[in-house]
Amino acid sequence: MAMVDEPLYPIAVLIDELKNEDIQRRLNSIRGLSTIARALGEERTRKELIPFLSENNDDEDEVLLAMAEELGVFILYVGGVDHAHVLLPPLETLCTVEETCVRDKAVESLCRIGAQMKESDVVEWFVPVVKRLAAGEWFTVRVSSCGLFHIAYPSAPEQLKSELRTIYGQLCQDDMPMVRRAAASNLGKFAATVEPTFLKTEIMSIFNDLTNDDQDSVRLLAVEGCAALGKLLEPQDCVAHILPVIVSFAQDKSWRVRYMVANQLYELCEAVGPEPTRNDLVPAYVRLLRDNEAEVRIAAAGKVTKFCRILSPELAIQHILPCVKELSTDSSQHVRSALASVIMGMAPVLGKDATIEQLLPIFLSLLKDEFPDVRLNIISKLDQVNQVIGIDLLSQSLLPAIVELAEDRHWRVRLAIIEYIPLLASQLGVGFFDDKLGALCMQWLEDKVYSIRDAAANNLKRLAEEFGPDWAMQHIVPQVLEKVSNPHYLYRMTIIQAISLLAPVMGAEITSQKLLPVVITSSKDRVPNIKFNIAKVLQALIPILDSSEVEKTVKPCLVELSEDPDVDVRFYASQALQSCDQIMMSC
Amino acid sequence: MMGSESDAPPPPSSTPLDWKFSQVFGERAAGEEVQEVDIISAIEFNKSGSHLATGDRGGRVVLFERTDVKDNSTRKDLENSDYTVSHHPEFRYKTEFQSHEPEFDYLKSLEIEEKINKIKWCQTANGALFLLSTNDKTIKFWKVQEKKIKKISETNLDASNVKSNGFGPGLSLPNGDFSFPAGGFGSLRLPVVVSSQETNLVANCRRVYAHAHDYHINSISTNSDGETFISADDLRINLWNLEISSQSFNIVDVKPPNMEDLTEVITSAEFHPINCNTLAYSSSKGSIRLVDLRQSALCDNHFQLFEEHEAPGSRSFFTEIIASISDIKFSKDGRHILSRDYMTLKLWDINMNSGPVATFPVHEYLRPKLCDLYENDSIFDKFECCQSGDGSRVATGSYSNLFRVFESGSKEATTLEASRNPMRRQVPTPAKPVRSLPSITRVVGRRGTEAQVTDANGNSYDFTTKLLHLAWHPTENLIACAAANSLYMYYA
Repeated sequence: MAMVDEPLYPIAVLIDELKNEDIQRRLNSIRGLSTIARALGEERTRKELIPFLSENNDDEDEVLLAMAEELGVFILYVGGVDHAHVLLPPLETLCTVEETCVRDKAVESLCRIGAQMKESDVVEWFVPVVKRLAAGEWFTVRVSSCGLFHIAYPSAPEQLKSELRTIYGQLCQDDMPMVRRAAASNLGKFAATVEPTFLKTEIMSIFNDLTNDDQDSVRLLAVEGCAALGKLLEPQDCVAHILPVIVSFAQDKSWRVRYMVANQLYELCEAVGPEPTRNDLVPAYVRLLRDNEAEVRIAAAGKVTKFCRILSPELAIQHILPCVKELSTDSSQHVRSALASVIMGMAPVLGKDATIEQLLPIFLSLLKDEFPDVRLNIISKLDQVNQVIGIDLLSQSLLPAIVELAEDRHWRVRLAIIEYIPLLASQLGVGFFDDKLGALCMQWLEDKVYSIRDAAANNLKRLAEEFGPDWAMQHIVPQVLEKVSNPHYLYRMTIIQAISLLAPVMGAEITSQKLLPVVITSSKDRVPNIKFNIAKVLQALIPILDSSEVEKTVKPCLVELSEDPDVDVRFYASQALQSCDQIMMSC
Repeated sequence: MMGSESDAPPPPSSTPLDWKFSQVFGERAAGEEVQEVDIISAIEFNKSGSHLATGDRGGRVVLFERTDVKDNSTRKDLENSDYTVSHHPEFRYKTEFQSHEPEFDYLKSLEIEEKINKIKWCQTANGALFLLSTNDKTIKFWKVQEKKIKKISETNLDASNVKSNGFGPGLSLPNGDFSFPAGGFGSLRLPVVVSSQETNLVANCRRVYAHAHDYHINSISTNSDGETFISADDLRINLWNLEISSQSFNIVDVKPPNMEDLTEVITSAEFHPINCNTLAYSSSKGSIRLVDLRQSALCDNHFQLFEEHEAPGSRSFFTEIIASISDIKFSKDGRHILSRDYMTLKLWDINMNSGPVATFPVHEYLRPKLCDLYENDSIFDKFECCQSGDGSRVATGSYSNLFRVFESGSKEATTLEASRNPMRRQVPTPAKPVRSLPSITRVVGRRGTEAQVTDANGNSYDFTTKLLHLAWHPTENLIACAAANSLYMYYA
């Protein structure tokens, strides 16, 4: 056992613990790999540390994952880009691990390093790694190789490029569906680096094979490639090669494939241009909106606004709007909910007349939906609604929905609506708010569920911020203070909480005149929980109030509480007194 | 579409095979009592037949590996080669691990047994074995791998007096103002690791798929896409991704809104071996349904239904009970489905739903005794079935540790006993209907108290020794079967 100098001791421990039995220690050492590398110097890092790590490939996944990540930013520690290739072997071994997240991270790090390497080094070191992995015995290795081609390809000379394309083609026909899936999902990235001539020939033939794969899971990923490939091709080639595939995918037997199409379709419209969009993609999309599988309709409904944005208003009104009308009364609540979350975005696309004439009835029917999520989704997009149809129309239809949601028997729904109250308030304005919503906000303070009461207190604070102290003085404070005499201590607690939240917004004057007296009175409460919360509130009020007030009112009250029979009350009271003294001193 | 490559019916087989005893593991000595936990509850060969796994009621999984082929062959060789066997396949014990532990569901006040209900092998990778095992509620994904034993021989500091860096507040790593010399510190060295030639097998639980089943899981099955699998309980079938244990998708739900309307439960489910979107499940009413996962997210509609209509007039109290299917298996090419109900094995062509292509009576001599079997609950025993790799033969178990092998083409059958001398006993043929004398054949008491029955012909059956679990090697004529705690293997 060697002796180590004192300052190096922590590093020595860090190095030793690379092989500690405790996984946490090993993990810790791996995270400190850069420190170890600096301590060893560049040369020994290359000659000793990296080979050591290459051997260290049978550790727990967590450690391997951390290692894969660290090595991605290790170029600095091995002596710069010129030596970057020494990092490839350990990452190559990590690419063989069967845990997907480790492999993915290793591939990511390899790409990061490969992207920085000199062209000649890529050919000499990186391409061989890709070829070795692609020819690997186990499927895990071949899966990893698929994610590296787009880095290797651009630097390779002509001959090698053609070889790489061939290898990729083989991976797309691998026996193992896992490999074909990896090849399909990386095709877009790879294709982006391939020259246009080969793109149209070799890559498109690879793509066609994938779109006809027996495994649904492979075809599914090929759909994702459609949009990516479509953007690479010239519009006329896209129309010739990609469009037919997409149109047939949109009618695929497997609902999962159609689901993917529904999600991707709007991206393709841009690639193919307006004419084919009108002739082929709009009918395809309309079919998806009317698909017999709810999951597909959900995906299609969620994209309705994005899709309409690409179309002309006439097309949207003529073809899409009728479907939207159907969807608003769909048998699946999830479809209606998906529609409700995006439908308001359609308003600017359609223009005011069409919106009021066609969209508004749909919107109103969704607001009356029996499923709370649908109504919530509409209300959450309220700002967009307001701009289009104006406040009067809105308030008529909105209010019943809000009141109903505010009293929903699921507390999560009530919670969600409370979250939107400040937004509503800002949109509707003071007048409307006072009339209709003020009472609700007070009502929530006495909800049976703590989370609702808590949210209600916060809500009051946000309202006070929105409408200002003067308004709050009239419409919130008196009502809140009234409730402090509630017979149940849990409700009193909510009020105390609300007061402490309101105080900073209301400012020193109102706090000392209106709020403080109530707090002081409450310090005589018979329940200790209230009393120690009062102590906490007082502590929070100290910075707001001016020092004479603190000296005159707060301190005596706290002193009294600090002699309370209850230990918790004494604890919080003395804490508050301490901070009281601190602030006084600093003044 | 399906199984188009084999339009012909299974090849007519030649003469019945001559079955011989091969091996036994965990043989019971005379008079030795069987421990409940040792009773085997699942048997499964992997795809290539190089390994065999058994699960038992004690929650253990035991792995066996084939010894008569060179073990240095690669995956491709193992998958493709058709061994020219000069001698029969032999297996040896490889390793075992505790897969499940007994648990208690506090919310439902329910004990969860550790018993392994099913084992399924997954794709081998990096020389490690992967398998899924399940008890009534929880599925686990296991990796079994050989690891070289490594020893650390040199470190910077004496291991005995090292304070840890990670958590001790006293040690802080050098920060920004600490300067590292360009060449590094020569005195620091990396730990030296010596790996010995010795290896040990380590079983690691990689994932736990839990809390997705309200009822008992009766089957699990992996998909040909290599990334998903299903688990089925009495009323529902869930679809999982092997890599995601936090969520599953319900794809079949036969639970009626009102449980009082329940007439039928799922008894077994299996994926088509080639078509990733086809799934078969059997029911307690004797029907098998094929569903297409492409059609919709919730596969409540089947596209093919197989059931045999009972001849009118033959209905009795037991008709429905014995119609219940206890196991289904796809043939290797996916063209046929083999099903086992209480009295028969049936072979179905998936393109023909008018009736089974073949029906094999398993223990017709028990038909007069259904009443007794009902009384001692034996009628609810769940026998498994299996098919040879070439599809030409089928096999299933019966009572008295007997199992029967049928030739698909003919009606020839061989009866074997799970013992060192498999041909010792033959099933009595119901030559003439024996008028049973209830006073003699009456089973005394229920369940296990006395289940030895002697009928009027002097044949005795033992209802406690039942051969429920068996498996056919994927490429060889080798059957592995479980008699209580013993694993017997026979070859032909």
